[in-house]
Amino acid sequence: MKRNLREQFIWLLIAFGGWLIIDLLTFGGVINSFMLTIITMIEINVILAVSLNLILGISGQFSLGHAGFMAIGAYASAIITQSLPTIWGFFLSIIVGIVISSFIALIEGIPTLRLRGDYLAIATLGVSEIIRITINNLEITNGPKGIYNLPQFSNWSLVYIVACIVTLIIVNLIHSKTGRAILAVRDNEIAASAVGVNPTKYKVIAFTVGAAGASLAGSLYANYIQSVTPGDFTFMQSISVLIMVVLGGVGSITGSVLAAVVLGVVDTVLQNYGALRMVLYSLILIIFMLFRPAGFLGNWEFSVKRFFTKQKSSRENKS
Amino acid sequence: MEELIQQLFNGVFLGSIYALLALGYTMVYGIIGLINFAHGDVYMIGAFIGFFLITELHLNFWVTLVLTMGLCALVGMLIEFLAYRPLRHHGAPKITSLITAIGVSFLLENGMSFLFGGDSRSFPQAIKLVNFKVGFIHITNIQLLILIVSIALMVLLQFIVQKTKMGRAMRAVSVDQEAANIVGIKVDQTISFTFAIGSALAGAAGVLIGLYYNSLDPLMGMAPGIKSFIAAVFGGIGSIPGAAIGGWLIGLIETLTFTLGISSWKDAVVYAVLIVVLLVRPNGIFGKKAGEKV
Amino acid sequence: MSFFEVNNLNVSYGAIKAVKGISFQVNQGEIVSLIGANGAGKTTTLHTISGLLHPNEGTIQFAGKDITKSAPSQIVTNGISQVPEGRHVFSGLSVMENLQMGAFLRHDSDGLQADYEKVFSHFPVLKERKNQDAATLSGGEQQMLAMGRALMAHPKLLLLDEPSMGLAPLFIKEIFGIIQQIQSEGTTILLIEQNARKALSIADRGYVLETGKITMTGRGRDLLNDSAIKKAYLGG
Repeated sequence: MKRNLREQFIWLLIAFGGWLIIDLLTFGGVINSFMLTIITMIEINVILAVSLNLILGISGQFSLGHAGFMAIGAYASAIITQSLPTIWGFFLSIIVGIVISSFIALIEGIPTLRLRGDYLAIATLGVSEIIRITINNLEITNGPKGIYNLPQFSNWSLVYIVACIVTLIIVNLIHSKTGRAILAVRDNEIAASAVGVNPTKYKVIAFTVGAAGASLAGSLYANYIQSVTPGDFTFMQSISVLIMVVLGGVGSITGSVLAAVVLGVVDTVLQNYGALRMVLYSLILIIFMLFRPAGFLGNWEFSVKRFFTKQKSSRENKS
Repeated sequence: MEELIQQLFNGVFLGSIYALLALGYTMVYGIIGLINFAHGDVYMIGAFIGFFLITELHLNFWVTLVLTMGLCALVGMLIEFLAYRPLRHHGAPKITSLITAIGVSFLLENGMSFLFGGDSRSFPQAIKLVNFKVGFIHITNIQLLILIVSIALMVLLQFIVQKTKMGRAMRAVSVDQEAANIVGIKVDQTISFTFAIGSALAGAAGVLIGLYYNSLDPLMGMAPGIKSFIAAVFGGIGSIPGAAIGGWLIGLIETLTFTLGISSWKDAVVYAVLIVVLLVRPNGIFGKKAGEKV
Repeated sequence: MSFFEVNNLNVSYGAIKAVKGISFQVNQGEIVSLIGANGAGKTTTLHTISGLLHPNEGTIQFAGKDITKSAPSQIVTNGISQVPEGRHVFSGLSVMENLQMGAFLRHDSDGLQADYEKVFSHFPVLKERKNQDAATLSGGEQQMLAMGRALMAHPKLLLLDEPSMGLAPLFIKEIFGIIQQIQSEGTTILLIEQNARKALSIADRGYVLETGKITMTGRGRDLLNDSAIKKAYLGG
């Protein structure tokens, strides 16, 4: 446990180092406001990708419904901060979004998570689209026009911190007893139930935590961009998160973070190519998949622990 | 009541298009287990090919239909050969093929937008529109054409799959690729053939929809693509009659939401019905109960 | 040169070497049996012969031709058919359609008709169930269908992988009788079996495969009486 704490501390140091670098570069004028927007969007994508990877990679459930949960968080924040435009209102809205998303994930997950593979993907896509269409038709959400002029409560720094916390929570979850049960269910559902692990329970846990992450990302997005419309949360949004997870390596949290960053950079570079942008993007995607079918990292993880045990493996072996 | 019956008829015509598309999804999924995301875009390509054959080469409708089907078959085979076959040969994970399919779909949509512009064009009236009135029901000759061509193609497909050597090979590869290899079936060639047939049907659907809605644009395949995949899931992926029934079912649900005045909830109703169907029958209406392999 | 010859065959799955430099021959008209425990590399060897797997090293020669790098369909055309382990009949296809798939690469409609008759004379039950879905057949009937399907390619060499697996003793007896009948009609047979007693009793010659290597070879009858083999494979 003590060693575990030390690793977490090192993680926090690395994370803080990253924050400091961005902060100093911004202060020194190297990073302008355009780049800061990109950085913030990358951070939001990190939250989305890591939370989807918990569902897809760690729990092995093919969900195409991330956009729906993101929409719930975004609209919860948009609606609440409209009438309660304080930072506390924003925090309240984040919690409300997470509660609603988790609740929907729970009642969605219990019946649907017994579906297999692509059938599950279509069912989760269906729920996500139902959420979006409902938002599109309600008055409180202002229908297809969406909600504008929201106060800006989130900034790159807050999103950075939240992204680190979410990643930390998910990594810790994976390494907990619950996490091992989730992995056991993924690897062999029948064997897992034979040793007393309830497959549905652990699939639902992963699915619900992942949904909460998406909702959180939605809240941060809404009060950063300062507007929300149903069109932001179509099926294509779920696909774009899915692409990040697969590009990084299904099951690799490190890969998801890396892919979110790389795609953010690639997207920015491609901005210069105007109409060809999406053509190039799709070509890069296809070619990358053909040459690296397992993504950047496969299921490899960066690990502080391994990094240290490698250096003093002789001592570790004795203890 | 009259309105309802009229909408039921409209639903059948629209559903025929979904059914034609769903057949391609179901065949490809049946044989290699891939949701071919680019399938809806092959339908878009079909509409564009039809558009050029009619406006530039002044071909008549039937020649256009047949040529478009042939060219779309080539497009489908090319996509399979360049994008999916290398991954299959390397035993890449299924999700990698899916992302590649999404990439191909993006490429077709954006490539066509880049080459021909993103604006919608109007499809030439290759067949003069004639309105009929049977009792109180309004029907156009184009609607009848869609229905008849779709049914004819489905019957033809059923014949190919059930009665020809290539059709038997397709079914054999779908159930057991290893055994198919052992008896000497050329698996790659059979998969290529499956893409050709599915894409030809998508091409036909593209020309028919162009004629029906009078318009085409590079993103026209996105929504029908997803809906017809859902149609295939409804029917049970891999089942040809299932895909046809699923297509008509979605067409009917969509038009019924118009009658009930809840057309803004159209897609939500489709998805809700789908989820209920899946919960009751996890493998679709006609799907076989596939035993999970451990 | 022998009718069929495998030389120094090496096959791996990634880092795992399943077959480590085996060599053996089959002469025309023989039944040769490859026996060994589970995991000895028997199925790997057959899959490599059929072209489903590719060797890292070694050659496979058949009727004077090097077929090491041939595609599965070419190997069938050349005259080698396999009856795979676990039958692998095409479910959803009728019995008749399964047989038609066996003849997938043939274009001689006259010879074809004669071969259907021959298969039905070996396995009358298949004729009775001609239009039935192959999935509805019993295990023994599926084994017969898999054999009939392989025979429809009109092979010169028939590869049989564990034909007795999971079958009742009565069926095993019937299947082995038919194997001998097929041999007597001029088809050469390479038989892989865990049921060593049964396999060696009909084999002209046998090879013993242990963890990827051939450890013993001899006439079927001699191997059957060998004390080491008795102890290891025949239950003492």
